[in-house]
Amino acid sequence: MAEWLTVALPKGRLGEKVYARFAEAGYPCPEILSDTRQLIFENPELKVRYFWAKPSDVSIYVEQGAADIGVAGKDILMEYRPDVYELLDLKTGKCRMAVAAPEGAWLDPERTLRVATKFTRIAKDYYAGLGRDIEIIHLNGSIEIAPLLRLSDVIVDIVETGTTLRENHLEVIDTVAHLSARLIANKASYAFKRERIAALMTALEV
Amino acid sequence: MNIPDGILKPEERILFSLRALYGSYGYTPYKMRKFESYDLYAGNKDFLSSEQIIAFSDTDGTLLALKPDVTLSIVRSGRDEPGTAQKVYYQENVYRPARQGQGFREIMQTGVECIGEVDEYCLTEVLLLAAESLRAISGKAVLHISHMGLVRRLIAAAGLTGEQETRAVQALAARSEHELTALCREAGCADDDTAALCSLIGLPASPEEALAKLPCMEEASCLSRVIGALRDTPAYPMLRLDISTVNDLGYYNGLVFRGYIDGVPERVIAGGQYDPLVRKLGRKGGAIGFAVYLDALERLQEGGDRLDADALLLYPPEAEPAEVLKAVRGLNVSGISVCAQKAAPGRQRFGRTLRLSESGVKDDG
Repeated sequence: MAEWLTVALPKGRLGEKVYARFAEAGYPCPEILSDTRQLIFENPELKVRYFWAKPSDVSIYVEQGAADIGVAGKDILMEYRPDVYELLDLKTGKCRMAVAAPEGAWLDPERTLRVATKFTRIAKDYYAGLGRDIEIIHLNGSIEIAPLLRLSDVIVDIVETGTTLRENHLEVIDTVAHLSARLIANKASYAFKRERIAALMTALEV
Repeated sequence: MNIPDGILKPEERILFSLRALYGSYGYTPYKMRKFESYDLYAGNKDFLSSEQIIAFSDTDGTLLALKPDVTLSIVRSGRDEPGTAQKVYYQENVYRPARQGQGFREIMQTGVECIGEVDEYCLTEVLLLAAESLRAISGKAVLHISHMGLVRRLIAAAGLTGEQETRAVQALAARSEHELTALCREAGCADDDTAALCSLIGLPASPEEALAKLPCMEEASCLSRVIGALRDTPAYPMLRLDISTVNDLGYYNGLVFRGYIDGVPERVIAGGQYDPLVRKLGRKGGAIGFAVYLDALERLQEGGDRLDADALLLYPPEAEPAEVLKAVRGLNVSGISVCAQKAAPGRQRFGRTLRLSESGVKDDG
């Protein structure tokens, strides 16, 4: 009999969408959709166990082996670089990491660029690649306000439709990376549950 | 003296058995100083897992470091002798930053190094020792093997160089076929080269089947001979050819491997061939070695049903010391560990509770 497979899903709309894909692929656990205070949901017949985690924590659960596999955004994987396998692009939750500035702004190339972002590492790597001297201003939310109040020259943030940017008279001036949800796996779990994980990957790809 | 089960922590028990294992293949113990010259590490940062080193001044002003690594010292300590390889093992604490910026940690590490005229027998022997080390730790273990030379050649054949080469290695390490395909497309690689690279990710787990699918090149033949030489050993069923087992291109240049055991979420063994370091430190030939990360094994004992002692012996306050001692020693002789107390300690766990009274030792219900 197969061993249990523990899956960490990101809380929120993306997680619900991803769970639907898992259920369709033959790994359902209907309890997970019930209105309950329960934290872990099991389907003993299929030996699959799900739990919801904060999206930025999914990779931690997987890296530390509390979950065998999980679904994390590419942004999280780029920012935190967890030591996990990134097995599959689930092609859902598509968006991009972009640089945005006030509409029509002129960015003086001779001055250190002030960059407001939640994604410090991604921003540093991106500008290091361009050889541009920057000053990072780490923020935890409402990044769009930073250039409006002259806290920063630009922002590096996730852009989905661009509506929030437009409403605040900001525009995308560059794309850092295209993002989507990825299936990740703990390396040791993959070593011992390779067949189960491979079967799940095939079912998800169909 | 026989040490009863449960006294030694798993990592301590494993240390003893690994010492015997390495000694049985003629590896001699290497003991290094607690501190090393800071310059040794500062000049070879490319070969360290982290650039951060704990440095301090000695009484004469010399800059010293708490060793972040053992291999550099071993390579520097040996002398080249034609036809021979320096074969040593070590058990040392190293000091490195933990992941995710949690400060420095002391990590207990043991390992094997084979430096000098390293031939395919040496490669086979070290691979066997790595596999046998895993077997000494757990009955359920796998050793993933790859070859950096082979990976580098296939990446070069696809026309990926510089930054693209680094990204290709990262994609292979993450088993991300989608990332590798996207990179090859972006770089304008030929479809055949892209397919050849991506096929490395999907190689079958069985070494025989996987080796049959590798392109015909010297590195693949080397892998085949070394893995084939282990066919009749108990280690063979643990071997997996897994090209995602890649490391920093600058450090390892040939065979690389990483070992996992069931129940521990990270690698417990990592190693490979590191000829460039040997040459940089002025020695001839090559080298292969591995480290066993004993700190990772702490997880093996987690949760568990561990008891503080087999029995709690409660004795009355007026009991004579000799009487209590006699009861404790009597139980000890029967192989029962005992904690004698006048009252039950709050947060300790015992298999059973006994009570000492005038009529002797009895189960306390």
